[in-house]
Amino acid sequence: MQSKSIAELGAAMRAGEFSSVELTRHFIDRIEGMNGDLNALITITSDQALAEAEAADRAINSGQAGPLTGIPLVQKDIFCTQGVKTSCGSKMLDNFISPYDATVVERLKQAGAVTLGKANMDEFAMGSSNETSYYGPVRNPWDRKRVPGGSSGGSAAAVAARLAVAATGTDTGGSIRQPAALCGITGLKPTYGRVSRFGMIAFASSLDQAGPMTRSAEDAALMLQVMAGYDAKDSTCADHPVPDYSATLDNPLQGLKIGLPKEYFGDGLDRAVAASIEEAIALYKELGAEVIEISLPNSGLAVPTYYVVAPAECSSNLSRFDGVRFGYRCEDPKDLEDLYKRSRGEGFGAEVKRRILIGTYALSAGYYDAYYLKAQKTRHLISDDFKRAFETVDVIAGPTSPTTAFTLGEKMNDPVTMYLNDIYTIATNLAGLPGISIPVQPVGGLPVGLQIIGNYFDEGKLLNVAHRLQKETDWHLQTAEGFA
Amino acid sequence: MSLDKSDVEKIAHLARMALDESHIDAYVEDLGNILDLVEQLEAADTEAIEPMSHPLHMAQRMRLDEVTEENCREVNQRVAPKIENGLYLVPKVIE
Repeated sequence: MQSKSIAELGAAMRAGEFSSVELTRHFIDRIEGMNGDLNALITITSDQALAEAEAADRAINSGQAGPLTGIPLVQKDIFCTQGVKTSCGSKMLDNFISPYDATVVERLKQAGAVTLGKANMDEFAMGSSNETSYYGPVRNPWDRKRVPGGSSGGSAAAVAARLAVAATGTDTGGSIRQPAALCGITGLKPTYGRVSRFGMIAFASSLDQAGPMTRSAEDAALMLQVMAGYDAKDSTCADHPVPDYSATLDNPLQGLKIGLPKEYFGDGLDRAVAASIEEAIALYKELGAEVIEISLPNSGLAVPTYYVVAPAECSSNLSRFDGVRFGYRCEDPKDLEDLYKRSRGEGFGAEVKRRILIGTYALSAGYYDAYYLKAQKTRHLISDDFKRAFETVDVIAGPTSPTTAFTLGEKMNDPVTMYLNDIYTIATNLAGLPGISIPVQPVGGLPVGLQIIGNYFDEGKLLNVAHRLQKETDWHLQTAEGFA
Repeated sequence: MSLDKSDVEKIAHLARMALDESHIDAYVEDLGNILDLVEQLEAADTEAIEPMSHPLHMAQRMRLDEVTEENCREVNQRVAPKIENGLYLVPKVIE
């Protein structure tokens, strides 16, 4: 049951082979048996899930079912869920029961999806290994000594371990694509503004975007269909038509122009990972695509630009956590300033503090021009690189991450080394472009992700390109030992 | 670019965030390393480049100046650390 696609599960439920309640119980059993070791879910909502499954069964029986009706999912704990703890992986929100639903949560509920629980994540989505979570690290289902990637590490591990059919994630600098790559699943970061950010706890508002994390591009198309679209509650949400993503999945790739940026294949890329990427590219050639070497000359500026823009926006966004209206408050504050300082000092973990400090510094009097304004200009250079590239190619392909999953603790003492994990994903966020990571040939028993970047609002093309490869290969169907 | 202990303490004060005294040296080192990374931006020629504040260069959407939200005070205050009669309680500010 846990290996079927969303479409297969829907068809089976409509044919009466099993009910959504049975399917949901099956996943709850798997979570109860396997999650303790992985720590992928940090809140499990079994009772609510079963009630939602009963409602889904009524819809199925009365012929009202949509593609997601009765499908069990997990929500990254960055999405507000009414009446359910929403911690964002932080002690700061350990006591926070959200009074409302995020738009993404609301839309998935309305589509009949069942929520099994909330997925672990790096604290406030700041991290690339899921080790900054207040609730402890997530373990990679492929090797329990290794990280799942981050920040959507719990979502990726849950889908990879078949603890849920699919999950939501968010991506500010690679947080959907990198864990998808390291856990061997499909993860799509849509165009900035494609999916509403309302009720998604903000990290860096000009970069944050929500997307689906699934086993296949076909499943991702069904999920994005529900998640995408205009929302008046998010003033940055794009008022742009949502195409039928499933309808174009099978389009032929004849004549598709794939650009390979030479900067994404240089030093620092693991040789074996490069070979897996090249194997997938060779398959695309067989499918009729034309492969062109391109250059994104300002790629080297992406990580430094990001580590000004993201911390600056984070320091501003996270100023709302002041111990007054919600969240953690320190014991016995002696005055208001003590209340602010200790609530924040005790409520935030080390990585969040580092980023708040960097951001505060970059925005402080006398430094704004040298850091924030400069980074906004280099951001423009990075964005222009892509603009030029898309004048000659349809999509850009390369590795999602320079290596396979690294071991727990390996990079925790060196923030800058950790930041360089996102060297191939960050530029996409700075430019606001969509990107997808799909599994290709594993290396040493560990998954490898191929990243495909598209032009603005070209998610349909990305899903099409990903799906055609998945039709020819079984990399996306491979499951970690013990979780099949 | 390196920061010293007093710089980090000043930034922490601006962020209204208490730092554990025993961790400050580690922050001094980590922030210095991050700023070294960021310094690579200086080499980029941005003389004629406009700053980019929105990925799609979209302008902020305008809306009519109307009340659209319901009063959710009671619901929102259920998650407050300390309230009384609908007010948030904090330590005394004015003597």
